[in-house]
Amino acid sequence: MKKLLTVTLLSATMLAGTAQARDYETVRFGVDVPYEPMEYRTPDGELTGFDIDLGNALCAEIGIECEWVVQGWDGIIPGLMARKYDAIMSSMTINEERREQVLFSDPYFTPPSAWFVPADSEIGKPNEEALKDRNIGVQRGTLQDNYATDMYGDVADINRYATADDMVLDMEAGRLDAVFLDFPVGKSTLLDSEDNDYKVIGNMITEPKEYFGDGFGIAFRKRDEDLAKKFNEALATLKENGTYDEIFNKYF
Amino acid sequence: MEQLSAWFTELLADNSIFTARTLGYYGEGLVTTVQLVFLSLVIGLVIAVPLSIARGSKRKWIKMPIFFYTYVFRGTPLLIQLYIIYYGVVFIEGIQDTWLWVILEEPFYPALIAFTLNTVAYTTEIFHGAIKATSKGEIEAARAYGMSKSLMMRRIILPSAFRRALPAYGNEVIFMLHASAIASVVTIMDLTGAARLVYARFYAPFDAFLFVAALYLCLTFAILYLFRYLERRMLAHLKPQS
Amino acid sequence: MIDLQGYGPRLLEGALVTIELALLSLVVAIFLGLLTASAKMSRSWLLHKIGTLYTTVIRGVPDLVLMLLLFFGGQIGINMVTDWLYDRFGIDIFININEFVAGVITIGLIFGAYMGETFRGAFLAVDSGQIEAGRAYGMSEALMFRRIRFPQMMRHALPGLSNNWMVLLKTTALVSIIGLTDMVRVAAEASKATHEPFTFLIPVAVIYLLIASVSEWIFARLQKRYNVGFGEADEWNN
Repeated sequence: MKKLLTVTLLSATMLAGTAQARDYETVRFGVDVPYEPMEYRTPDGELTGFDIDLGNALCAEIGIECEWVVQGWDGIIPGLMARKYDAIMSSMTINEERREQVLFSDPYFTPPSAWFVPADSEIGKPNEEALKDRNIGVQRGTLQDNYATDMYGDVADINRYATADDMVLDMEAGRLDAVFLDFPVGKSTLLDSEDNDYKVIGNMITEPKEYFGDGFGIAFRKRDEDLAKKFNEALATLKENGTYDEIFNKYF
Repeated sequence: MEQLSAWFTELLADNSIFTARTLGYYGEGLVTTVQLVFLSLVIGLVIAVPLSIARGSKRKWIKMPIFFYTYVFRGTPLLIQLYIIYYGVVFIEGIQDTWLWVILEEPFYPALIAFTLNTVAYTTEIFHGAIKATSKGEIEAARAYGMSKSLMMRRIILPSAFRRALPAYGNEVIFMLHASAIASVVTIMDLTGAARLVYARFYAPFDAFLFVAALYLCLTFAILYLFRYLERRMLAHLKPQS
Repeated sequence: MIDLQGYGPRLLEGALVTIELALLSLVVAIFLGLLTASAKMSRSWLLHKIGTLYTTVIRGVPDLVLMLLLFFGGQIGINMVTDWLYDRFGIDIFININEFVAGVITIGLIFGAYMGETFRGAFLAVDSGQIEAGRAYGMSEALMFRRIRFPQMMRHALPGLSNNWMVLLKTTALVSIIGLTDMVRVAAEASKATHEPFTFLIPVAVIYLLIASVSEWIFARLQKRYNVGFGEADEWNN
């Protein structure tokens, strides 16, 4: 029995890992891929994208190491709380619901959301009448999901996907009549795809704020105020010295 | 109905997660799960009975393909089978222009096809085993009566094999109920899909998943008791007589 | 040869993850299964009830739901504890359960319940005369477990064990849904990126079949070994 207890305790300590010091020499970023062009993988598994490049540049500016931890969107905030990583830089929109859980940096990018449909679609404008009984694709747990569910959930079929890639694939297969997602991502994966058979309908959507928030921010644990401050300063510097624009132009 | 929903709304007024709306998701999810499992089991049963008879054939060219089919479908994860059917069918040239697409467009049907193919494989093997275990005496008696092969199959072998297969088939039904949870991966809003939606919206894993786990537990028990009842009725003659 | 478009090495890594995950989960499941079987056979009313509750609940709920619950819920549960420790005592520990560990624990926990049933049946099937004989020889309980109960039990447990292993192996595919990069996830990612699902999904299916076939062969050999002394014709179907 004693032996058993020792083994159990030993494995428990192994699980617990080591106590982590609070002054960061490396910052681990949680990121959900693929979300082209914000963050995605090359076939050999290398991470790349706007968030990745900007994140690395920010770390270089602060003078710390950057590491990237891939995490599904479903569990990305719980993963931060669990200290699987120290920050989230994964096209996360700053909004009230999330602010209750995490501390956000200043917004580093403010993309609108947009409706994408096949080029020959009859849907003229995104409204209840046009979307009635249509299949709409969104990524599960995103603000687009919340918005589409609340606005059109009663009239249309909302199909929720784990990743943006799944959604694009089903759009190409003809299973979806419309998808609702961040404009740059839709542009990169649908409009700029080889056989561009898609178009945007309606306006770019940034309102109401309770859904669409204030743009993308880096999320930290609430107690890491110092770290957030360092990143805000670095972001301001990169915007001033042109590095930000350089990265921006590479992807958009 | 109006009153009932009003009473429900009131009951849930001070609860931010289980609103009438989210309970509606769970309700629809329950219907979808039951439909999906029930349909695949019924269709599966209809296909599996002749296959299980053919599986015991002496002719190699009949027996081997069926064995190969059950071996592959029982030896690989249902998730892979679902992926292959859901994503794979799309890439068959020109399928979007045929009448088949009307069916395959909705995620429900590719999932139904995958689940049916899977349960056919398991059910075929269960019945095959039960048929093989028919006692020699029963067959000899039937032969002595001058029964033809097909009459013997219909009157003697199948009825007794079905009874013997009942407990194993009950397990297969529960297995299918549990396996159907992966339907949520291809956007079907089944019970698990509803729970994942509620979780993603409220970051409340305990509420979302414990509730759905309780629902599955109830369904499992319902199936369990149904099969116990069937066994008691149909296997009554095997019990020691008092 | 199939053109894997650069995903070959990652697919291979994924296959290794699948195998490691399955084997480690099996170890956890066997350990939990032995504990459960002992609890259910124990004279203590409480232990018996706990064992029964565990096996009933686990076997009544889909694997995927349990996995989602333990993976997302387990993480938040641990966070609550560590946050409380931090606020209360300023102890800043962090418990990092990565997807792999979570997968091993979850699958182990699920199949521990099934193993428990298998082992219980097998222990009960051991002839009580054997144990009395052991006692008559003055063997200690531990020695009796090692020399008599365990090897005898294994003979009865092997068919169930092999069955559970086959199901467990296929269940590992579900971890791809909670985000572990096993071979199913690599294949799914690759088929979405290249739009060639068959190229990646069918090889993965073949790997599963291969592992299953090899395990079948190993279990047949083991069965033969544990059947020594019971005659070659002795077939056990339970």
